Amino acid sequence: MAEITMTQALNLAIDEAMAEDDGVFCLGEDVAAKQGGGVFKVTSGLTEKYGEHRIRATPISETAIIGAAVGAALAGQRPIAEIMLMNFVGVCMDQIVNHAAKLRFMSGGQTPCPIVIRTTTGVGVGFGGQHSDMLEAWFAHVAGMHVVTPSNAADARGLMRSAIDANDPVVFIENILCYGLTSEDPGPGYRVPLGKAAVPKEGSDISLITYGRTVLDALEVAGELEKDGISVEVVDLRTIAPYDEETVLASVRKTGRALTLHEAVRPFGTGAEIAANIQEKCWDDLKGPVRRIGGTFSAVPFATHLEQAWIPTKDEIVGEIKAATGHA
Amino acid sequence: MAEIATEIDRDKLLDIYTRTMKVNRTDEKFRELLMQGKVAVMYYCVRGQELVSAAAMAALKKDDYVVCTYRGQGEQTAKGIPIEKWWGECLGKATGTCKGKGGTMHITDPETGIMVTTGVVGSGLPIANGLAMASQNNGDGRVTLVSFGDGAANIGGFHEAMNMAQLYKLPVVFLCQNNRYGEHTAYADHTDTPKMSDRAAGYGMKGVTVDGNDVNQIYPAVKEAVDRARAGEGPTLVEATCYRMMGHFFGSDFSYMPEEHLAEMAAEDPLPKLRSVMLERQFTEEELDKIVADIDAEIEAAVQHALDAPLPDTNEIYKDVLEETA
Repeated sequence: MAEITMTQALNLAIDEAMAEDDGVFCLGEDVAAKQGGGVFKVTSGLTEKYGEHRIRATPISETAIIGAAVGAALAGQRPIAEIMLMNFVGVCMDQIVNHAAKLRFMSGGQTPCPIVIRTTTGVGVGFGGQHSDMLEAWFAHVAGMHVVTPSNAADARGLMRSAIDANDPVVFIENILCYGLTSEDPGPGYRVPLGKAAVPKEGSDISLITYGRTVLDALEVAGELEKDGISVEVVDLRTIAPYDEETVLASVRKTGRALTLHEAVRPFGTGAEIAANIQEKCWDDLKGPVRRIGGTFSAVPFATHLEQAWIPTKDEIVGEIKAATGHA
Repeated sequence: MAEIATEIDRDKLLDIYTRTMKVNRTDEKFRELLMQGKVAVMYYCVRGQELVSAAAMAALKKDDYVVCTYRGQGEQTAKGIPIEKWWGECLGKATGTCKGKGGTMHITDPETGIMVTTGVVGSGLPIANGLAMASQNNGDGRVTLVSFGDGAANIGGFHEAMNMAQLYKLPVVFLCQNNRYGEHTAYADHTDTPKMSDRAAGYGMKGVTVDGNDVNQIYPAVKEAVDRARAGEGPTLVEATCYRMMGHFFGSDFSYMPEEHLAEMAAEDPLPKLRSVMLERQFTEEELDKIVADIDAEIEAAVQHALDAPLPDTNEIYKDVLEETA
């Protein structure tokens, strides 16, 4: 099997969904061929195949983009709307939160809203305070939607197919630094179910619960700590909300310790919700308090050394794990 | 104000009258129930705007889409929503269109094309574009009409939606019911554009302002916009001037409306004007009264049905959140 990048994985998943279902279409800023197939090239080559009605390059109008996606979904189509960078969701939160997420409930189940909102973000590329935030907790706090983020190319392909299949809104977060990651291509029709976590490394001393780009840090740290005799289990949530509680709790019951890790700022982050849930449900299995690592509680800074100081580091992860397991 | 091209045919006129009175009698009944304390819910009165809604709905086909606002009773009942279900929803009952989970501000009935009723000013326009985009994509020939007030024309989504609709030539009609007030703020205190329809030109769109209290202006204007949209000629902004004859919501103070405005409003009441047109066109008093009496009887039965209907099961709060919880 050939290797594919995450960009190719996403493109392949969208391509095959569009080929199978005429109701699937993409809209967003710069997504069509004339504009180069998207800033990160995810929709590259699709205009040539499906035409400009199904790969709609839009004005810079996030509210109109998500509103159009909502309306088209109500009429039975399956729009994939791109919000170029995650911070721009601030422009269209009303459409996402008050409409996309709530229309199924408020209509008594009559108008489900199957849309995929693709968006990109990530700390570590020098984009500064308004182009870097991980804002998954904003959406995880809203009933009526799924929040998904892949950590590798194969999962990206499978999660995107499942997101397009879903009959509810999905916020699909892509990390800029992950687009170039390669995996063996899982092939056409591959799906990773929503709401199902992965355990890319098993361990017995502590559960490190994370998602997205920080899965890479987690796996690296877990490998290094193996040499020191600390066995780390890495749980990759893949779906942040509603998350796979069963896999998380089973892991913690086995290891007796838990550390949550995300790039998003720590206060009121998804790690806090997961930690609280673990402490409520696994209290008797826990050998110590659940620990949390997240980004610094400030805007993402520009200068490289500031940005690196802002982001959770591998040293920080090692330090927390050693402290938790009594190796400090 | 637009010139009237042709006279509305008699059947259509009767249809508009019937829809108008349905909207009006529903509004009267709702206020009566609220006054008597038989129901206690949020209700946004449509008194004074009945004709605009009725004429606009009469210009649409049955399967055309409508997006409206919390002041959407006119569009909903005039489009033909089953009124037992409508009253059931407004009273928060299990028999409502949305099982009592949406309420007066979120009436939804896809079967009659009432796709979204939004409680957020201006949010309907971008969604209407999407419904129209689906029709453009799949060629189903439907037109989407979105109704909103003058207040909504100042939120960002209005401008984003107008630009996008014109760019793609979407089959959508933007119906601005300019009732002279955005919540408690008079038009002149929130907008300096002489006519709302002037804004259409800024997007390269056709815009027209008509007297929403004159059936011979409002119906032909919306009909033309609907026909253009259906023919693939793109969107139109139709501004219908009218008056909101009550407060922002039922029971709210509207002493901020100046005396002159109230007098002007009373003189322009669309209902006596419509009645005169009907009589001029040889409909009899008896015929017209009979229509109203039939509507009243139908409403009376629907209200009783809703009052007697069961409350939604408490478990409904967990249902319809995601497909898995349906």
